[in-house]
Amino acid sequence: MFMSILTSPWPWYIAGPLIGLTVPLLLLLGNRHFGISSNLRHICAACLPGKVPFFSYDWKKESWNLFFAGGIIIGGGIAATLLAYKGPSSIHPELAAEMAGYGVTYVNTTLPAELFNWPALFTLKGFLLMVAGGFLVGFGTRYAGGCTSGHAIMGLANLQWPSLVATCCFMAGGFIMANLILPFILHL
Amino acid sequence: MPLSSNTDFEVQSLDTSTDTNHTTKKAPWWRQLQYLAAGIFFGIVLIKSEVISWFRIQEMFRLQSFHMYGVIGSAVITGIIAVAIIKKTGARTIYGDPITFQPKSFNKGQIYGGLLFGFGWALTGACPGPLFAQIGAGFTVSMVTLASAILGTWVYGLLRDKLPK
Repeated sequence: MFMSILTSPWPWYIAGPLIGLTVPLLLLLGNRHFGISSNLRHICAACLPGKVPFFSYDWKKESWNLFFAGGIIIGGGIAATLLAYKGPSSIHPELAAEMAGYGVTYVNTTLPAELFNWPALFTLKGFLLMVAGGFLVGFGTRYAGGCTSGHAIMGLANLQWPSLVATCCFMAGGFIMANLILPFILHL
Repeated sequence: MPLSSNTDFEVQSLDTSTDTNHTTKKAPWWRQLQYLAAGIFFGIVLIKSEVISWFRIQEMFRLQSFHMYGVIGSAVITGIIAVAIIKKTGARTIYGDPITFQPKSFNKGQIYGGLLFGFGWALTGACPGPLFAQIGAGFTVSMVTLASAILGTWVYGLLRDKLPK
């Protein structure tokens, strides 16, 4: 009974507050501010700083965040094995119909394997979804100074209005891409 | 790096006024393991809540499901309440250090960068946290997405002074 509660997908009213509690958890553990995308910057600073001023800082002072990111990888592994959900997933019928039109018929709780796989990297569609998409995530989050965790959760929790601007722009960008551009990419 | 040029909301050590409060840099290395544990907790929540699901992200941007709005909304409300309590009580860390907050300023990067990240979020179905969780969950191809995100960050760092801000 207990395990079946853990392995089923968690409802938003359980998951949301748990994600929100990450904010005081990190503050109480060591005055650390929740924000994951800066790890991409720290990796640049650690591995390939060049002579770029943006990467010339003491990333070791922020190494706690790399441990946090490492923990996310381990947590993802635990959730996908020990707590794995074996049942079917359901999505909105309109989305299912739209996806079927692109040849995406297998619905799971993570990434559609028909779109995200190694051979697909060498197709234009896969390149745009994974490589171009990833590039935009890295470029955009640092340009914005934060991501969903740093702005939408930590920044809003601290009532920073620039974080509200950023969050609205995240959503606006997502709406534009998902509704106006992505359909063309998925038809490729 | 002077404070005024720290446009990053996520790198506290570059906020000069809070830097001095960081006693953790002298803390024993094993204290880092508590962040590893916090990350494990967070990674499990990301997977089990389907926040890492490409399909849930598509539903969100098509207004077809309340799930993601419920997750993010209740996370924000929980965070607001928690931060308010910490500020009101003057709570300290479990090691007795002060908890500090740095006001952040607006720049156009939050608009342009925000839109660009939104594009990437809808394409990959992942923000940076879920990218790490996907890799852990066995989606090895997400390592390419992560590598590309690191490259994007690097190119931003290179072009930073030429971009509108």
